[in-house]
Amino acid sequence: MPALATGAALPSVSTADWRDWLKLLKPRVVSLVVFTGWVGLAIAPGHLHPVLAFTAILCIATAAGAAGCLNMWWERDIDALMRRTAQRPIPAGRIEPNDALAFGITLAVLSVLVMALATNIAAATVLAISIGFYVFIYTMWLKRRTPQNIVIGGAAGAFPPIIGWAAVTGNISLMPVLMFLLIFFWTPPHFWSLALYACKDYGRAGVPMLPVVAGPRATRRQIFAYTLLLSAVAVLPWLLGYAGRLYGATAAACSLAFCALALWVLLDRQDETGLSMTGDKPARLTFRYSLLYLAILFTALGIDRIVG
Amino acid sequence: MDEFPPRLSPADAALLVRRQRGRNMAMLIGLVCLAALFFAITIVKFKAP
Repeated sequence: MPALATGAALPSVSTADWRDWLKLLKPRVVSLVVFTGWVGLAIAPGHLHPVLAFTAILCIATAAGAAGCLNMWWERDIDALMRRTAQRPIPAGRIEPNDALAFGITLAVLSVLVMALATNIAAATVLAISIGFYVFIYTMWLKRRTPQNIVIGGAAGAFPPIIGWAAVTGNISLMPVLMFLLIFFWTPPHFWSLALYACKDYGRAGVPMLPVVAGPRATRRQIFAYTLLLSAVAVLPWLLGYAGRLYGATAAACSLAFCALALWVLLDRQDETGLSMTGDKPARLTFRYSLLYLAILFTALGIDRIVG
Repeated sequence: MDEFPPRLSPADAALLVRRQRGRNMAMLIGLVCLAALFFAITIVKFKAP
């Protein structure tokens, strides 16, 4: 076989189209990241030229996409084992892992460099830290080692408002830290609600999500506890005078509803192991509501800034 | 025994060419957009007081 003797490689036939490359960037996650980053940018004191503001948001979106891409590259083995993720481009064989790695690194480096060029070093530094935190701390270190993975790893998704704020002001004050804390404490009830009814998938892949390791009953208690903490943090911008009554009233009402849902999850009809006997209806509703909750609170922050 | 080197069927070859063209076009659009973005950033930075 002459081709083998000369070391010729088989032609690589990629079956990926542009939709697969887009999927690597986790567009649904990016949309939430962009929104919270935009609110951080919009409510920051000062002015940023619209072109630079657009560039900053583009960089936040690109960085989030790059982090998602590198996450998919690292997790390709467990993605193949879970029903929810088995059809992702890498485990499905439509994109080569090395191509995804190169794509992710290129976008990550580009987003940080352009952010530094368009805005300032502070914003670019926080952007680089957020990518590094998501990829190295959450994806590579915590996710497969501890059931508290998403508690600490949640910090990665909480950086965008700080980045947006820093892009305008060049520094970080208490208000963006409060927005960071809001997303940080929102992450556990959000993900654990999902994990409650997707825990078989996580168990199959060997990911130590809380319901897999500590059981559904402990997870329900944790969801409720973190929702109480989240509610306290949510009203802080109003209590500390960084946001007006519109935001305060919205945060209080939405948090009350969140607490009620978390209580419903806690009291859901369960068997002796804590597994739901209602098809996890409360957890499913809480997961969907948590997405709405964050969107409403950040919208209220933005509107409050405009009308206040 | 499998043919070596493997040959693509005409349909697969056409699909491959189409996708390669799509990727090339996406790369071109991306680079043009990036150049436009750098141009816009530079203009704005120059105009800034």
